[in-house]
Amino acid sequence: MTLFQFWRTHANEFFTLLGQHVVLVCASTLVAIAVGVPVGVLAARRPRIGAPIVWLANVVQTIPSLAMFGFLLPLPLIGGLGARVAIFVLILYALLPIVRTTTAGLRSIDRVLIEAGTAMGMTPGQLMRRVELPLALPSIVAGIRVAAVIGVGTATIAAAVGAGGFGEYIFRGLSMVDSTVILAGAIPSALLALTIDGALTLVERGLKDFRGAHRRRLRAAAAVMILLVAATAGVLAISARRSNDVIRIGSKNFTEQIILGEIVAQTIESRTGLRVERRLNLGGTFICDRAVRSGDIDAYVEYTGTAQTAIFHLPVDTDSRRVFEAVKARYAAGGLALLDPLGFENTFAMLIRGDDASRLGVRNLSQAAAFAPSWRAGFGYEFLERQDGYPGLARTYGLHFARPPTAMDLSLIYRALAERQVDLIAGDATSGLIDAYGFTMLEDDRHYFPPYDAAVVARSSVLLARPEVKNALAGLSGHISVADMRRMNRAVDADHRDAADVAREFLRRDR
Amino acid sequence: MFRDVHFSRGVQPVLRGFSLEIAAGDTLALVGRSGAGKSTILKLINRLLVPDSGEVMVESRPTPAWDRFELRRRAGYVMQEVGLFPHLTIGENIATVPRLLGWDDARVDRRVTELLELVGLDPKDYAGRRPDQLSGGQRQRVGVARALAADPPILLMDEPFGALDPVTRAEIHREFRRIQERVRKTVVLVTHDMAEAFALATHVGVLADGVLAVVGEPASVARSNDARVRPLLEPLIEAAAVLGPRP
Repeated sequence: MTLFQFWRTHANEFFTLLGQHVVLVCASTLVAIAVGVPVGVLAARRPRIGAPIVWLANVVQTIPSLAMFGFLLPLPLIGGLGARVAIFVLILYALLPIVRTTTAGLRSIDRVLIEAGTAMGMTPGQLMRRVELPLALPSIVAGIRVAAVIGVGTATIAAAVGAGGFGEYIFRGLSMVDSTVILAGAIPSALLALTIDGALTLVERGLKDFRGAHRRRLRAAAAVMILLVAATAGVLAISARRSNDVIRIGSKNFTEQIILGEIVAQTIESRTGLRVERRLNLGGTFICDRAVRSGDIDAYVEYTGTAQTAIFHLPVDTDSRRVFEAVKARYAAGGLALLDPLGFENTFAMLIRGDDASRLGVRNLSQAAAFAPSWRAGFGYEFLERQDGYPGLARTYGLHFARPPTAMDLSLIYRALAERQVDLIAGDATSGLIDAYGFTMLEDDRHYFPPYDAAVVARSSVLLARPEVKNALAGLSGHISVADMRRMNRAVDADHRDAADVAREFLRRDR
Repeated sequence: MFRDVHFSRGVQPVLRGFSLEIAAGDTLALVGRSGAGKSTILKLINRLLVPDSGEVMVESRPTPAWDRFELRRRAGYVMQEVGLFPHLTIGENIATVPRLLGWDDARVDRRVTELLELVGLDPKDYAGRRPDQLSGGQRQRVGVARALAADPPILLMDEPFGALDPVTRAEIHREFRRIQERVRKTVVLVTHDMAEAFALATHVGVLADGVLAVVGEPASVARSNDARVRPLLEPLIEAAAVLGPRP
C-alpha cells in the first residue's frame, strides 16, 4: 500500500489523530505558558528560589518520555491512561524552555530602564507589566516556539499510553514492521511541528509592531488564551469523568495483541450491543497490568507464563494447568478474573535464519549452544530482564554469544535477523513473520520456557455487573488455535492487512 | 532639604554629614568629580535610597514618611542614559507617569502634544516614532518632556546632557533655560562639568569628600579660592586664557 492510499483509506482516523495531536500540544503548551512564565519571573526576581526550580526543570527534561509515562501511570489524579497523563507529561517537558527564556529575557533588560521606571514611581507590579514583560516578550515567545515543537515530537510517544495522536501510526507501523504506516504518522507529525513553528514566528513578528500601541488588542489576546486554557481544562475534566456504558479493551503493542484486542472488542460489540472503546497498542505488559487494575481498561489478553513470572514474580513452572490455576488465584485476589485460555500458546521462540539452520543442521537449543559463540543475539527489553528470559535460558543451555546480546525493540527484531545484523533472536512463536521470513524456530528441548497460554484478564466487577460480557468472552475460550493465530499475524505483518479486518474475518468464519 | 545626612555604600562612606537647603523654584547644580556622591543625593531625594542617619526632607516631610511611589511621581527624573522605553512610542514614553496617575486618554493626549511643543519637537511627526528613530539630542529632549509630564514640582537631573556633543549641548542648554523660565520647577541637577552648572543654574554647590564644600550663586563660586573648588574651575580658566580677553 502506498502512503497516499493509506491516508485515503484511513481519512477519518487520520483527522481524528490530527485533532488529538493538536489538542495534546496546544493544551500542554498553553498550561506550560500559564505556569512557566510566572515561574520564570520568580526565578529572575528571586534567584535563590528560582535556581532550584530551573534545576528541577532541567532534570525533568533529561528523563526519557516513555520512562516518564511509566512513573506517572500509577499516580492518582494525573495517572492512568489517555490524554490526561499525556498532557501532564507534555507540560513538564514544555516548562523548561519557557521558564528559561522568561528568566533570560527579564535578566537581559537594561538596568537603566528598570531604574527609569522605578524613579518614575512605578510599583513593582507596574514595572513588570509595563516595562519588563513587554521587553522580555520576544525571548518568551522564542521559548514557547521551542516548547511547542518539542511538544509535537513528544506527543507521538503519548500513543503508548492510549492518548492517540500521530504516534498511533508510528507505533502501529513499528509493530507491523511496515514503513508506510510509520511514515503515515511521522510525516504529518513533522509537518505539524513546522506549521506550529511557522505560525508562532508570525505571532512573534506581529508582536513587534504590536507592542504597547495596541495594548487593548494584547489584552484581548491574553483573554482569549486564558479562555482557551480554561476550555481545555474543562474538556479534560469532563472527559476524565467517564461513562459506565462503555467497555474498554486494551492490548499490548504488538500485532498479535492488537488482533486479539480487536477479536475481544468485536465479540463484545456483536454479542452485547455495548459500546466498546479500544485502548490498543499500550506500551507493554506492565502498562496493561496497571491499566486493568486501575480500571482504565476493563479487559485485555495476557499469557499465563508472563503473568506468573513478570507480574506475580512466582518461580518458573512448566506445568500449564498448575500455572493457570496459580495465576488465576492471584488475579482473583486483586479483583481480576482470568477466563479460560483462548486455545493457543505464544511461547518465546528462539529463531535463526532458515539457511543457517539447514547449513549447520541445528534444530534445537542444545545444538545451537555449540555455534552460539560465533553468533550475535538480539532480544527485546523484556526478555533481557524477565525471570523466565535470557539469564535463565543462558544458564540452562550454557549459551555464550560473540558479544553481549543487543537490546532492541520487538518490532525491529525480525528485520534485524533477516538483514543479518544479528544471528539469533527471541521472537513470538505465533509470529506471522516466522514463515514470511523463512526463519527456523529452535526447539526448547530442555523445557526451559513456562507455558504461555493466552487468556482474557478482565475486571471481576465488570463481569459481575454485565453477565452478557462474561458470556460473550467465555465464548472465545478454546476457539483460537496456534495455526489461526499465525495466519492472522501473517495477514497483518506480511500482507499488511488491517488488524480489525483480519479479526472480523476470523470471527465470521469461527461462528 | 538635607540635614546632616550620612550615607555609606557598604563600608565606603559616600556622604558624611551633608547638609543642603534648596528653595522652591531654584535651579541648583551640584558639581563634583566622578564618585563624589552626586547621583546618591538625587536618589536620596526620590527615595530610591534612604539615609543611614540624618534626614532628607521634601516639602517639609522626611522622605520615609512619604509614600514612595507618590513621592517619585512628584519628582521628574532625567538621566544621562535617558532610559526611554524602546518598546513604546515617544508619545507613550512621555505619557508614562500621567498613565500611572490614571489620567484619561484625552488629557494624556493633550499633555503629550503640549510637552513635545515645549521641547521643540513637532508632535505630529514625533509622537508616533520609536526611541531608536531619534538622535541623541532629540532623545534627551524627550527625556526632559517625560520628566515634566505630570507637572511635578521637582525635577531631578543626573548628568542629563553629558552624552551630547558640545554644539547640541549648547543648544539644549538654551532650550532648558527657556523651558525653566516657563515652568519654574525646583531643579536639582548634578554634573561634573562646571561650565554646564554655570550655564543652567541659579545656585551652584560643589561636592567634595562627602560634604558640601561651597554653595552660592555662580559668580561667588567662580571667585572661590577653596582648594576643593579650584580644580573644577581650571578647565574654564584655561579656555578663557586661550580665547583671551574679549575685544
